[in-house]
Amino acid sequence: METLRQQPWSLWWMQARCIARIEVRRNLLTWKAAWIYVLAFVPTVLIAIHAVFDRSHQLLSDDTNVLAGIVQFYYIRLGIFFGCLGIFSRLIRGEMIERSLHFYLLAPVRREVLLLAKFAAGVYGAVLLFGSAIVLNFAFMYASYGADGQDYMFNGPGLAQLEAYLVVVVLGCVGYGAVFLLLSMMFRNPMPAAMLVLGWEAISPVMPSLLQKISVASYLKHLMPITVPGNGIFALLTVQTEPVRGWVAATGLLLLAAVVLAYSCLRIRTLEIRYTTE
Amino acid sequence: MIAGDRIIFEDVSKFYGEVLGVNRVSLSLPPGVTTLVGPNGSGKTTLMNLMTGLVQPSSGRISVLGLTPGDPNEFFREVGYCTQFDSFPRGLTGWDFVFDSLLLHGMGGANASKLAGEALERVGLLEAAHRKIAGYSKGMRQKVRLAQSIAHHPQVLVLDEPLNGLDPMARAESLALFEELSRLGMHLIISSHILDEVDRISDRVVLITGGYLVAEGNIHAVRSEVRDKPMQVLIRCDRPELLASRMFTLNHCVEARLHSDGQGVFLRTTDIDEFYRLLNGIATEGLVNIEAVAPADDDAHAIYQYLIGSEGGAS
Repeated sequence: METLRQQPWSLWWMQARCIARIEVRRNLLTWKAAWIYVLAFVPTVLIAIHAVFDRSHQLLSDDTNVLAGIVQFYYIRLGIFFGCLGIFSRLIRGEMIERSLHFYLLAPVRREVLLLAKFAAGVYGAVLLFGSAIVLNFAFMYASYGADGQDYMFNGPGLAQLEAYLVVVVLGCVGYGAVFLLLSMMFRNPMPAAMLVLGWEAISPVMPSLLQKISVASYLKHLMPITVPGNGIFALLTVQTEPVRGWVAATGLLLLAAVVLAYSCLRIRTLEIRYTTE
Repeated sequence: MIAGDRIIFEDVSKFYGEVLGVNRVSLSLPPGVTTLVGPNGSGKTTLMNLMTGLVQPSSGRISVLGLTPGDPNEFFREVGYCTQFDSFPRGLTGWDFVFDSLLLHGMGGANASKLAGEALERVGLLEAAHRKIAGYSKGMRQKVRLAQSIAHHPQVLVLDEPLNGLDPMARAESLALFEELSRLGMHLIISSHILDEVDRISDRVVLITGGYLVAEGNIHAVRSEVRDKPMQVLIRCDRPELLASRMFTLNHCVEARLHSDGQGVFLRTTDIDEFYRLLNGIATEGLVNIEAVAPADDDAHAIYQYLIGSEGGAS
């Protein structure tokens, strides 16, 4: 405990904030990230078009289910998954491909601090994009219902659902981010491994409950405020798991991410700059 | 030996899979300018990367001023590395690049700003500092890397091909800067293929080829150890033919070649001490008026040629 207290925490905190600021500037505010913006805001655009042009109103409860389906089938299984793949695999591997990682490794910064700061920047960027997309989705969806929509949001269950979806987005970004950061350090091309993860996430519902504990989507499932049953092709994207309380699922996912990050910290300690092999 | 002021390699080897990087290198480098000399792929950059922790040794130990890269907080306050990788983080200006790296040292904005300005001015890049690095010429990119590596006032500066891409004026300015830093007691480890220019400021050379250390030490000492290559001396005098004929009376003088202007002679000798003794005698006799005497192959370039050969060229 004494040794822990003697560590230069304030210096590490300052360095981590500095790295995170640089990373957000470099990775979020760039044309190379444009496809992730598209991934995040495609449903928003569709919902906005629906709100403006399709005035033949369905029931508000139907649209609430549509919104739940978008989060469950699109954001969790595709949008956040591939968005995080793009954001987090750039953080280390992307800099090795661009031959600029050595500048960080030559700075007086512990490699673990570097990794965690980059991870934090990735989470910040991903949550900012997907979180604001979810908020806009809600705004466009319920604004079109006028007073009824307003009432649903502020006097009904709307805000609680929005809050739950935002928690799902944050945890999804933390979970997938940790996994893809590690995969990008282990493989020159993390895409095949990411496809395996996607496959694993799809089949994990039929796995024993112990194996379900190493699936990000299965944790998120328990945090969804509304569960939409999947029919047809959507059944592949539907996670069926044993019921678990929300806080247990959230803690489980955070623990999974912590274990993955701890292993990533071990790996970055021995990371070598050999750009010629990239 | 005081480990605290030296760069020490203890029996260091590095293998990239089955490919040899460097093999069983042992060095102990005191402050001053050390030039790494060797052909392409000889292991110079590997030595520099090992020294700074960018790659890990397969065996052996390295310490720089008693520190290791395993403790980056301490290590990189004392070490700056100007690599030859010609790539930068996207979208940065020269100023951002230097300033951001100083913030990572834990400095406040005002101090970082002062040091960034100082370093950029030192390499002559202050005016262009607020332009994007992507728009810089090769020489400017070289300069901004140099500025970043010296900005935090390190004790050890590792420079991989620091003169690449620089015009003659900028090369002269960089060499003057290296000389100045060396006079301040810093370690400068330089790899450069422009041997003639680096030679002027080098205190010692490390010759490496195929991952093996060939020779190491003071340039003149290393040259004198190369006994199978006669030393070449240029003597400017009024009667070079007479001087050459007198010198040839000794069997250690193996070659004489008159200078094209007829006012000097290149002589090669296998016994430099005896050679100078005889030359002093001739000068004292007054038969030949000697203006100047200078070794003609007592430099890093000649040592490279003799010990490694010209194939592949130095780099």
